[in-house]
Amino acid sequence: MLLISAAGIAILLYVVVQSVAEQIAQESQDNILAASAISILDSARVVEGDISIDLPYSSLSMLDSVTDERAFYAIRLNDEFLSGYPDLPRIAAQKDTTAFQSTTYLGEEVRIASTWRSFSTLEGQAYLEISVAQTLTGLNLSIARISRISSAIGLGFFLLSMVVAMVIAQSTIRPLHRLTGSVSRRGPSDLSPVAAPVPTEMAPLVSSLNSLMTRLQKSLSRSEDFIAEAAHRVRTPMAIVRTQAEVTLRRVEKEENRLAVREMIRAVDESSRTAGQLLDHAMVSFRTDDLARETIQLDELILDTVNRLHPISELRDVEIRIQTLTRTKIQGDPILVQNAIQNVLDNAVKYTFSDTKIAIMLDHSDGYAHIRVHDEGRGFDETEIDQLLRRFERGKNADGIVGSGLGLTIVDDIMRAHGGHIILTNNAGEGACVTLSFPL
Amino acid sequence: MRFLLIEDNQALAKAVIERLSLDSHIVDHAADLTTAWDYTATAEYDLILLDIMLPDGDGRSFLEQHRSDKSRTPVIVLTARSEVSDRVGILDLGADDYMVKPIDFSELEARCRAVLRRQTGAAQNTISFGEIEFDSLAATLRVNGTEVQLRTKELRLFEVFINAPNQIFPKSQLLDRLFSYDVEASENAIEVYVGRLRKHLSGSNVSITTVRGLGYKLECQ
Repeated sequence: MLLISAAGIAILLYVVVQSVAEQIAQESQDNILAASAISILDSARVVEGDISIDLPYSSLSMLDSVTDERAFYAIRLNDEFLSGYPDLPRIAAQKDTTAFQSTTYLGEEVRIASTWRSFSTLEGQAYLEISVAQTLTGLNLSIARISRISSAIGLGFFLLSMVVAMVIAQSTIRPLHRLTGSVSRRGPSDLSPVAAPVPTEMAPLVSSLNSLMTRLQKSLSRSEDFIAEAAHRVRTPMAIVRTQAEVTLRRVEKEENRLAVREMIRAVDESSRTAGQLLDHAMVSFRTDDLARETIQLDELILDTVNRLHPISELRDVEIRIQTLTRTKIQGDPILVQNAIQNVLDNAVKYTFSDTKIAIMLDHSDGYAHIRVHDEGRGFDETEIDQLLRRFERGKNADGIVGSGLGLTIVDDIMRAHGGHIILTNNAGEGACVTLSFPL
Repeated sequence: MRFLLIEDNQALAKAVIERLSLDSHIVDHAADLTTAWDYTATAEYDLILLDIMLPDGDGRSFLEQHRSDKSRTPVIVLTARSEVSDRVGILDLGADDYMVKPIDFSELEARCRAVLRRQTGAAQNTISFGEIEFDSLAATLRVNGTEVQLRTKELRLFEVFINAPNQIFPKSQLLDRLFSYDVEASENAIEVYVGRLRKHLSGSNVSITTVRGLGYKLECQ
């Protein structure tokens, strides 16, 4: 922007200087031409009733101020050519004032000045017209010199303004860079006010930035508090319903009542699973927006998660076997990564048949660490694998099993945030295979 | 088992106590931290169930104090908070395990068992009945000197019987106890497991008898 305006001003400057100078040069030549013509007129006298002109040497020599210049003149009396160059073009002259015109004569550009005066002679009024002309070579040379000077001025101005602009920009940009640097060096949750020293012109910017961060911090903690509170208020009544339902189930005798209570428990389980997923989903959105970067020992994390799932897998007589566990370090948010692994294993334990095995492998290839979870359950419906990752979409093979469609979506979000991905495939044979791939 | 339940929500506490009592457990209830400290000072518990959000303080302070007191009683935290971000803190502070509400009591039972098993020097939890000895923690059945290791479903089924000997259990009830609510299991499965238990019990004076049209019961000849 600055460049363009500076260039524009420079060009304007050049044009202005150029045209003014041209005008002045033109005017000086014209003045000399006029002076020459008038001096010739002045030398005309009426002697004994006749006009006599004593052409002064100075009249023409004053035209010789520039080298290589050729001068011409023509004197006419009463429209009759008297002396000089007869074919010098006539221009419309004025009485007692000088007219000027640029034209060509003898193949060159000339400037003609013309004026006339009337004299009283014995024969009446005589009109004496003087034309003086000069080639424009000199003028053109002057103009060329002026042109060079004015373009030098223009260019000089342009360069100077560039230098000044850069100096100003630097002195503004350097503190901005420092400010940007100090803000970007912060950790993901650091929303404390900026302390870097800034020039007074930038103080309003810094103060707005600080107040923005304070508002953001408040908003985030309000959201976190809201989620925690919501979690509590939703889950407590559900816990009461479920527990009482379990109690009732033991007490009912009629089969139809028993089935009804079982249905209730299933419904509560489905709601609470969905509620849990929704809360997880909100929490994951937070944390992926501003991903923490810590070192995670992936193999240990998997071991921890499997150990925690042990009681549940035992309940269903599902054996979790860790087949390969390569030592792996990755960068990311340990809470999110554990959430992802837990979701996948949870799914595997839920959808596989009783009395079966789940195999887990952790290995490296193509610059990724892959966690593969094989189960011996129903597998995925081939046609639906892409849809499964979309929110609330549940596969055909999930009928009859409590669950919510959010689980895999959450895992997908977590994987993407870490620069990885989740792949769902079916095992040759039976069961499903879920692969989580993290970049190394 | 003897539980201490530390939970401030009255309705939930009542429900949990009722549910645990159905399995012949004894439950003391503290609605706040002060009461909880009173209880732990005066009685011994097998397990403490702790709600992490309490009116007079975070359950975390209980955990910290509990650990610094070097108490042997395992604590399972019950939390309604968003699971993931609290998890790390809870286990680091000394909880033995945690569960997210609403609780599946079969899962709670399984976690209690796991937690108690991990305790070193835990009191022997064997029940004698007739000629057999049953250790619910170790999941072993000692019949005439030979020890049999029970698998999970066999163990849970046997526990139902041994906690109420001579009581008749219909197949449907046993189904509820053995299988989670989201699985449609057939009553056939019960027959299979009862069959396995019968095999383990053969040679002793304890058996599972079929009461035609009513169900099964464990009795001692």
